[in-house]
Amino acid sequence: MNLPQQVKVGDELPELPIPITARQIVAGAIASQDFEDVHHDKAAANQKGTPDIFMNILTTNGLVGRYLSDWAGPTVRIRRISLKLGAPNYPGDTMVMSGQVTAVQDNELEIAFKGKNGLGNHVTGTGYLTLEESA
Amino acid sequence: MNTALSDLEQAIEPLRKRYIGQRVGPYLAWNKVSRTQIWQWCAAMGDTHPEYLGGETAIAPPTMLQSWTFRDVHGDYAPGSTDQNTYEVLGKLDELGYFGSVAVSYDQQYLEYLHEGDHVHSFSTISDISALKNTALGTGCFVTELAEYFRQDKTLIGTATITYLKYQPNQTSTGAPPSSPRKIERIRPVENTDSQHYWQGLRDGKLLIQQCSDCDVSRHPPQPMCEACQSINWHTVESTRRGKIYSFTSIHHPEIPPFDSPNCIVLVDLDEGVRIAAQITGVKYDELKIGMPVRANIVEVQKGLSLPIFEVEQ
Repeated sequence: MNLPQQVKVGDELPELPIPITARQIVAGAIASQDFEDVHHDKAAANQKGTPDIFMNILTTNGLVGRYLSDWAGPTVRIRRISLKLGAPNYPGDTMVMSGQVTAVQDNELEIAFKGKNGLGNHVTGTGYLTLEESA
Repeated sequence: MNTALSDLEQAIEPLRKRYIGQRVGPYLAWNKVSRTQIWQWCAAMGDTHPEYLGGETAIAPPTMLQSWTFRDVHGDYAPGSTDQNTYEVLGKLDELGYFGSVAVSYDQQYLEYLHEGDHVHSFSTISDISALKNTALGTGCFVTELAEYFRQDKTLIGTATITYLKYQPNQTSTGAPPSSPRKIERIRPVENTDSQHYWQGLRDGKLLIQQCSDCDVSRHPPQPMCEACQSINWHTVESTRRGKIYSFTSIHHPEIPPFDSPNCIVLVDLDEGVRIAAQITGVKYDELKIGMPVRANIVEVQKGLSLPIFEVEQ
């Protein structure tokens, strides 16, 4: 698919829009074993000053991992993801993932990514990938 | 304000002394790495990467790292875990009034992928409790945790540095948060007697250019009087929306929602002889050139607001 020698700095990853629904937020929270009430209980979220439940950081991280590995293909190894959260992902929004290759060294890639929703950037960060020889 | 803040700071200082640098653990995973848990994760994330569930032995997405040794739904750690609670400090901050909690940054290194049957344990260290800060959510401090994850054979398989904001929620004027998240919209243009025709034209899918009814000179943006002959008689002509780039700029920072980033703005000499500023899309900012032929589409950017948005004409 994307062999290392074909990837170059400046290459853009195709955008991926991810609809943010209460179902997505709750499914992600439960799959990541995160039972904090702000990720499934709107009344509790309101009490803590937010207008609705919002996505937990593990789900964001999982979606970033999916975005990077979908692009890099079956031989990818994710070595590191470093991210910062900004605008929360609330139900009813859409987060559009985008990314760009910022460094290539042999089979090691560095990708700057972001996920933007209706309130601004939900997530920005860097992913470090290794593309292994396919068997 | 400063006095108040320093009093509050003093309440936090003992927590720093007590908790920072203390490595606690092990925390055991409730279960061995299982296909079921991996499937649930992949289903929730929409992750169809063939390596995870496609083979005889399921392989866990590395991003699951932190979830393995989390507490269960009742807040209990798995049997065999330490009795010490690494998040005790968060509870202490709750008691001081900083009961709001959000994770703000995450840095995970994945050294080894986990396979079905692996059994994870972890250690955790609170590495920092910041000074109190005023944030958009409220006053609070940032708590940073370093977690280390090991396989049953004691191999370090990954690390996670997680920063949480513990805060005292700002009260809104009504004492209650808004019932639904606000969407950030573009500022609406002022529509008055002199300009209403232009914005309505765009809503009708037309780019209308004013023309003097006495001397035929076209003008844009809309204004009440002809600069050439001072006549206040005018009519509009519908633009072909074609022209050439006279100048351009692209805005990278700061990123301002709901605008694109980079946001490429062109000044276009329309074939009708007037100059117009608008966004251009479908072209990279570093590919823009003066003189490029462009054509505008009329796009409803939000309810009731349509704008001309250019693209390069092939």
